[in-house]
Parts: sequence; structure tokens; C-alpha cells
Amino acid sequence: MRVMAHIAMVMNLDKCIGCHTCSVTCKQTWTNRTGVEYAWFNNVETKPGVGYPRRYEDQDHWKGGWMLDKRGRLVLRSGGRIKRLLSIFSNPDLPAIEDYYEPVTYDYDNLVNAPAQNDIPVARPRSVLTGKPTAITWGANWEDGLGGAPENAGGDPNLTGEWAQKVKFEFEQTFLFHLPRLCEHCLNPACVSACPSGAMYKRVEDGIVLVDQDRCRGWRMCVTACPYKKVYVNHATGKAEKCTFCFPRIEAGQPTVCSETCVGRLRYLGLLLYDADRVGKAAATPDEQDLLDAQRGVFLDPRDPEVRAAARESGIPEDWLDAARRSPVHDLVMRYKVALPLHPEYRTLPMVWYVPPLSPVLDAVDVAGGNQDDPDHVFAAVTRLRIPLEYLAELFTAGDTDVVAGVLMKLTALRSYMRERTLGEAGDEAVLKAVGLTAREAEDLHRLLAVAKYADRYVVPAAHTEDAAALTAMENRCPVETSGEPTDAGGRRVMLGIPTLRRRAPEAPAGGRP
Amino acid sequence: MNAAPTALSATTSGADLLLWVAFPYICLAVFVVGHVWRYRQDQFGWTSRTSQLLEHRWLHWGSPLFHLGAFMVIAGHVVGLAIPDSWTEAAGISEHAYHTTAVWAGSVAGVAMVTGLGMLCARRLLTRRIRLGTDRSDKLLFPLLSVTVLLGISATATHNVFGGGYDYRETVSVWFRGVFTLQPHPAAIADAPLLFQLHALSACLLFAAWPFTRLVHVWSAPIGYLARPYLVYRRRATPAAPAPARQRRPASSSRRAA
Repeated sequence: MRVMAHIAMVMNLDKCIGCHTCSVTCKQTWTNRTGVEYAWFNNVETKPGVGYPRRYEDQDHWKGGWMLDKRGRLVLRSGGRIKRLLSIFSNPDLPAIEDYYEPVTYDYDNLVNAPAQNDIPVARPRSVLTGKPTAITWGANWEDGLGGAPENAGGDPNLTGEWAQKVKFEFEQTFLFHLPRLCEHCLNPACVSACPSGAMYKRVEDGIVLVDQDRCRGWRMCVTACPYKKVYVNHATGKAEKCTFCFPRIEAGQPTVCSETCVGRLRYLGLLLYDADRVGKAAATPDEQDLLDAQRGVFLDPRDPEVRAAARESGIPEDWLDAARRSPVHDLVMRYKVALPLHPEYRTLPMVWYVPPLSPVLDAVDVAGGNQDDPDHVFAAVTRLRIPLEYLAELFTAGDTDVVAGVLMKLTALRSYMRERTLGEAGDEAVLKAVGLTAREAEDLHRLLAVAKYADRYVVPAAHTEDAAALTAMENRCPVETSGEPTDAGGRRVMLGIPTLRRRAPEAPAGGRP
Repeated sequence: MNAAPTALSATTSGADLLLWVAFPYICLAVFVVGHVWRYRQDQFGWTSRTSQLLEHRWLHWGSPLFHLGAFMVIAGHVVGLAIPDSWTEAAGISEHAYHTTAVWAGSVAGVAMVTGLGMLCARRLLTRRIRLGTDRSDKLLFPLLSVTVLLGISATATHNVFGGGYDYRETVSVWFRGVFTLQPHPAAIADAPLLFQLHALSACLLFAAWPFTRLVHVWSAPIGYLARPYLVYRRRATPAAPAPARQRRPASSSRRAA
């Protein structure tokens, strides 16, 4: 047993209102630079929808993640090592900028500098890549709130099989939910395994997956290998960049920016202890639908004395063990088992999990003339309503509808029980028992899902003082330094090969003069 | 060839000394020192500078053609320049057989490389996104590389494909080896045809420019990838030395921590 600690996230999708605050604050913090204008380390997608980049979930096309070969061995879907090196001159499976979207800016200058005239000046969109006026035809969440869904949402790769016909057919009574996505910081990261330079790595201390900017040589294999398409090429520096899980904040014991600013308070951060020796075997589980349990089998119980002893042996400090015990993520993933991983069938063992949304089901109960508050109606609806369940199963359980139904029923039972309790009634414990909860656990889970405060949602132990020297080394250095002119004359960095101040549109009007 | 003639005979003119001894050594010195400097100072800029994200249709053909052609061309140069003709003859390869093979293989490689490079140059010029992302080092590298390649292929075409045949192994190669064995023979190349001379000179310039361009990615060819474990774990950072406990450090002293 090789115990490692991992900082992981759970998102409660029922609470996501699709406000994009996480995306915007993330962008302001990490990707408001030349070269990554198109990149969103955190983005929020509307589901059903094609996602960002377009149809990234279609691994037959993009070749992301892992698969089992004929002999049952775990191999990267994009091919073996030799094939990867042979395709290094032109990567056949790399998304083009059009698959993301062409980043634009606006002629804001025109609003201020336009001369007096009868027409109201407008700020026209301009491509950031070419500096020319452009039409905006796509974006990171083009189908926000199902806008244009009749045209586009059918392209969602999760809409496969017979049941998918029904989704399109009944679009008038359609459903939608928002899916915030960031790097999954997988236990078995395909991007790391595909990096020819060995520049990508997983941190031993907290499991965060990072790109060493000094060692990345721009071979762009990570972009292909990541099935979530959460590694991006900075086209100005020619290097890969990705979500850092805000490691400078995490090291200081603070939540990530996306978590900190989430207005719906739907994100949870906490430690999970895992056995690094079991990762490979779990990822190679033969049946895709067993991957969820296999991954849960990799996680360790922080209350188990044996685990704690092994953890101490591998150098995990005492306060981290304490934080692991209080981890809301451990509760949601392991104790109550209401959180599910996104696309476990990619075999990367992702570490950002989701509590599936119940709301589409409840809406459907209403539509069917049922009573949302009656668990019997909802239970029946959960199983009968083929639409969201199979779709959710496609996202979270490799198609296993029983598991998703189980989670939704648990949430339904919890809602109905807690509603009765809140209204001063005794509460029907039989409902709870049916989903394997005790009254005490229900109170606990309800507290965690509904009223948990900042300190309960984010249990992030600070990096350790013994490592202070290593941490201060980071102070002077932004991990993804910007391109452009060296800031100070005595700057220690010499950046060759990076365009200084590019894309200042030459034909942009210098002022408002005619 | 191993007669070791007095390397710098009195008959060598000053211009020849400058062009075929001083200039190559200066370029080589810049090549070596430049690489050391850049490797130490600019790991962040050390990259292939991929632009596939912005344009992939031309790259899809141009880049493999160029790179694979370049590999063959480089191999051809190694054989042609570094291996004395006496060795190939000793191995039983006749002069005629050698040159026939060289011209054929060289032509294929050269055409592939030129076609590839042409496509890469074309996309750089014609695709606005890429043109705007082209920096000073690219503006130096692309013309220099193109000139070198074109001079080389026209030298071969003029003299060995359509011409009567010119045995550069008797002259240019001797000069080339002399540079590296520190026994320069400027006279050996001084009488070579102009195209060969120009090709050699532009190649020297290319070597001098090498460390300051994206060509450095050549040295990062990821061969080690074939052998390393798939999953890479790394510790956060190893403290360089145990810092004096609780001491307020000066602002600049803490930078070096691997």
C-alpha cells in the first residue's frame, strides 16, 4: 500500500445555475493572456449540448483517454509510444482553433473616440488571431440554456442509442442542466502518459496535475490524450497549459478560484487518500460499468488505523490526515456515494466528481401530473423517465442507469424526508431505509448538501511548513509566465521565440479622426 | 587524405582563410556558446513553437515531408561529408555506385524537404494568423533555411544530376572534416564550384543562428519517451538547503529551489 493524498472536488449539479462566475474568475486569474484567449481552464456547458471544444466526448474521433487492447492491457486510445512519436510532426487528432472558437475582442475604442454623428457608434467584434473584423459564430458555451439546441444539441456525443431518439422527439418538454468542467486531475492521467518530454506530472503531495513550463517542448500530445480536452496549447508560447487547481491557493489552504467564487456554493473541496499501487489495476478493470466501484476501491478510509499508519509512513502530515477525516469530498464520494465521476469509461480515474441533478426528474414528474413531494411518484418517475436517466448514465456511469437511479432516489428520499422534518413532522424513515440512509445520516447529508458553510465545503489543509523553502521559491515566479516584454530591466528571463506585443490590429483605427 | 598536408599552406589567400577557416570557426563558436547560453537562460522559450492549432491543413503534409526529408538529407550529409571516400571504397562500394545512390536518394530527400519547407513557408506567409505569430527568429530562420536548402539542391542538380558530375568528396568533404579535426584545409574548398561554396557558407550561418531560433527543439527529440514509465509523479519541489529556521530572508535569496 502506497498511500497518497489527493485534493479533489465534488460539484452538486442541482445547484448550478449556469452563471459562469467560476469560468470568468478563472479566466481573469489564469488565461487572460496572449496565446490562451480561447482557453477556459474552467468552463460551464449546457447539457445536452456538444460541449467545448465541439464534441470533445466523441473519443472515436478525438482519441482521448485509455482503452483496453485485445489482450486486456491498458493502452492510450491515441496509440502506443512509437505511433505517438511518429505523429509528432503533425498530430492527426489535435482539435483546431475552430473546434474551440475564434477568440474575439471588440473595438471598444470606437465607442469613446468616434466623432459626433447621428449614428450611435458600435463596438464591432474583431478576431484576436487576425485583427480583422469577424463574425462571431461559435463560443465556449454557444448553446447556453439550450439556445440553438434544435440545431446543435443533437450533436451531443452522449445522445446515442435508441433512447436518444426520444430526447429529440420530445424536445418541447426537454430538460437541461449545466455542467461546470475543469481539469479532472486524474489518478491515471492520459495527458501525463502521452507527454513525450515528461514535462507533465502528478504531484505526490496533493495529486495536482501540472505542466512544467520549462520542460514542455510543444509536442501537443497531451491535448489529444486528454479525453476531457482540458489541456490547451498556448499558441504564442507553443507550450501546453492547463488548470492548475489553483495550486498556489491550495498550498496556502485556500479553495480554488472557481470554488471560492461559486455563487451557487455547489463546489466541495477536500482530501481523498488513495493507494497509488492500485491505480493501474483499477483503470484496467475489464467492464466499463465496474470502473466506478474500482475507483472507489482505490480510495482509502482515513479513519482506518492501518491506513493512517501507512499514511504516516509515506510522510503525510498529521493535520492532513485530520483534514482527510473531515473531507466533504470523502463523505460525498465514499460515505454517501452520491457523487459520481464524469465519464469513468475514459479510464483516467478522474478526481472531480458530480452529484447528478435531480431537477430534470422533478420537472418531469410535474409534467407527468405527479406530485414532486411524494417520493413514490418521484421514485416511479426516476425509473420510468427514460430521458434524463440514460443521459445521466451516459455521462456519469458508463451507461449504468441503476447507479444513477440509485443516487437520484437517495436524493429524492432525502428531500422528502427533510421536507417533512422541516415542516415539523416526524419524517418517514421507511423512505430513508429504502435508500440505505439512517435518520442521522440523512441529517448529515442534508446539512452537507444544503446548508454547509464555507469551512465545511472547503477543507483544504495548507502545505506544510517544513516545505516552506520550496514554497517561497514559488513566490517569485508565476507558474505560467506571460509572454510579451520582460517586465523589468533586470528581469532574469530571456524569452526568445515569443512574439512581443502581437495582434495589435494594424488596421484598427488609431483614433476617431476621419 | 591522411597525408596531413601542411594545413595552412602559404598559398592560401587571405580571403580563403577568412571564408573557410575563420568564418566557420566563428559560426561554430556561436553555435556552441549560444546553445549553452540559451539552455541555461531560456528553458521557457525552448520549444518547437507548434502552430498546428491555428493551421493544420498545410501542416498535415508540409511538416512530415519537411522533417522526414530533412532526416534523410542530414543522414546523406553525414555519409557524404564525414566518411572519407577511401573508406567507402574499402567497403567495396565503387565511386560510381556511391554517386548513383547518393544522387537518387539525395534527390528524393531533397525534393521532399523542399516541398515540405515550401508548404511550411507558404502557410506562414499566407495564413494571416500564423504570419502575425511569426517572430523575429522565424523571420531569420525561414529564409536562411530556405536559402541553404535551395543552394544545396541546386548545387546537386547543376553538377551531379544534369551536369557532368562533381566529386565533392574530394574537396568539400576534406575541408569539412578538416574543420573538425582542427586541421583546416581552406584550399580544398577554395576551388569548388560557386554553388557548393555558397551552400557551405549559408550552412555555416544557419549553424550560427541555430541556438537563437526554434531549431533548438531538434535537441529535445523525445527519444527517452520510449523508455520512461507512463505515469510521472513529482514532489512539489525539493528545498535546496534547510533554510535557517524562522529567519526573515532577503527578498532575492530564495529563488534557487530547483
